[in-house]
Amino acid sequence: MTAVTHSPQITYKVPKRRHPIMQFMVTQPTGTAGLIFICILFIAGFLADFVAPYDPLSPDYGAMLEAPSWQHWMGTDAFGRDVFSRIIYGARTALAVGFLSSAIGSGIGAVIGVVSAYFGGRIDMVIQRFMDILLSFPIIVLALSVVAVLGKFPVGGLDLNLIIAIAIPMIPKVARVVRSSALAIRELPYIDAARAAGYGHRRIIFRHITPNVVAPFLIMFTAFIAQAILLEASLSFLGLGVTEPTAAWGLMLSGTSQEFYSQAPWMIIFPGVAISLAVFAFNLFGDSLRDYLDPRFKV
Amino acid sequence: MLRYTIHRLLMMIPTLLGVAILVFVLLRLMPGDIVELRFLAEGGRVSPEALAVERIRLGLDKPMWRQFFDWITGIFVGDFGISMWTGRPVISEIGSRLQLSMQVAIMATLLAITISIPLGTIAALYKNTWIDHVIRVFAIAGLAVPSFWLGMLIILGLLLGFGWIPPLTFKPIYEDPWYNLSQLIWPAIAVGYRYSAVATRMTRSTLLEVMQEDYIRTARAKGVFERLVVARHAMRNALLPVVTVVGLEFAFLIGGLVVTEQVFNLNGIGKLFVETVSRADYTMVQALVMLVATFFIVVNFVVDLLYAALDPRIRYR
Repeated sequence: MTAVTHSPQITYKVPKRRHPIMQFMVTQPTGTAGLIFICILFIAGFLADFVAPYDPLSPDYGAMLEAPSWQHWMGTDAFGRDVFSRIIYGARTALAVGFLSSAIGSGIGAVIGVVSAYFGGRIDMVIQRFMDILLSFPIIVLALSVVAVLGKFPVGGLDLNLIIAIAIPMIPKVARVVRSSALAIRELPYIDAARAAGYGHRRIIFRHITPNVVAPFLIMFTAFIAQAILLEASLSFLGLGVTEPTAAWGLMLSGTSQEFYSQAPWMIIFPGVAISLAVFAFNLFGDSLRDYLDPRFKV
Repeated sequence: MLRYTIHRLLMMIPTLLGVAILVFVLLRLMPGDIVELRFLAEGGRVSPEALAVERIRLGLDKPMWRQFFDWITGIFVGDFGISMWTGRPVISEIGSRLQLSMQVAIMATLLAITISIPLGTIAALYKNTWIDHVIRVFAIAGLAVPSFWLGMLIILGLLLGFGWIPPLTFKPIYEDPWYNLSQLIWPAIAVGYRYSAVATRMTRSTLLEVMQEDYIRTARAKGVFERLVVARHAMRNALLPVVTVVGLEFAFLIGGLVVTEQVFNLNGIGKLFVETVSRADYTMVQALVMLVATFFIVVNFVVDLLYAALDPRIRYR
């Protein structure tokens, strides 16, 4: 018999260094689910021309108000257009408007916030007053007014002025949050050091402060994509956003679908589900991103 | 406290003045004034003289600063002018619709509070159980579902399920309470869902935070019933941020109403706003924006004061 000798095995728990994306997927399963849905939306939006079974714009008067079937998965609308195809093309509109307006709104807001915090004093006060003024408008009222003032300015099938109208109400909110983060950073010694080294304002703002407010910025950015999609849908529903014949989810809920929705409920159910799911996915992802990047931060 | 109150009241003046200037200038940047829009709507060609006469009648021929001055001084004596579109005083046009919108807003708020505080509390007490998950799904969905779509689904459900459509003409609650409530409860649910979702999340997270505090442990240690710990010790502190959210969201309700009133065909201020913006009815849009902005600022202010009243640790100077 040979005695089994147990050599003492010491196992160190070495924290595994995962890739940041892997880390996010492991720690934030709900956020990952949101992200996957967002990716599906993106693919659908980008490849709409190949994915959609029908042309979203061409009417088919032989197939008006048809119930969902194997030919038309989500039925057809009052012009015989395939609802499923219009929803796929609508994803393109929603994502484009959502991303662009959120990027513009939170981008400008972040710059204003950092500048306001960095200079302080009178500049800060004037900027904050102005932001207060913008904040005292309800979002949709402000967006509606801007839409009315700017009119339409279509660029490549998208109304650029609509994007600006949705972006403007976001600016003061982002500016506030970024400003408060930047205020804390401004007091850190390395900013003093940069100033002592003789760097200009622009360099300090963009190279030294801005990289450190990226976390709140990203969180606000994703949160506002969801809001932008909702706002675009509301404006289009009111007839002041995306207009026919472009396929947009909010637009699909207005107009003829209002008259026919007791006969053809699929005309309103599916676009609404699309809006809700898209917003839901961005909210889930945004919430998880917040927990992942900065657990203390609350929008 | 008194000094703080006065200071805050004084600070409202520049903000409101800023809002006034902004909306005044924005409106006049719009292409085409009301005179053009109206004559275009009537079709046919109109002589430039007729346009000029109409502009003089509406006071649009005066220089901008003069128009602004007249408008602002009018506000101070309670004169908001005459709607350029209907010719009736702005006050009476808004007044009749404000009643409806305010009632929906208040009903939605009451609904949200009665739903969200119990739900949020239950979710916090049963944290990470299936009850919590169900409530969380309810809350996150509330943030994602557009209120106007929810409104459409409600109408559809009532129609298909009961063959019933909510009444369409408005009667004040003191005339016919049953009729009034059966009309307005549905839009209140549609806009109140999002509201209750926000408040539920807030109640849950603050209650969870408060339950970690030392004084809760003390209360438990001295043998207070768990129910009393939650109801008397924790709730009082947990409700503070909820008050803020309820206050702030109340102002957002008005925004939600803009779209939802359209769905229910309610003649409230939201519908009025959409109509007047596209008509370039300057006096009306100005009055509506000022009304909503003032409302928003006052609500913010009241929330801050309420905060101090509810939490003796907060002292404003």
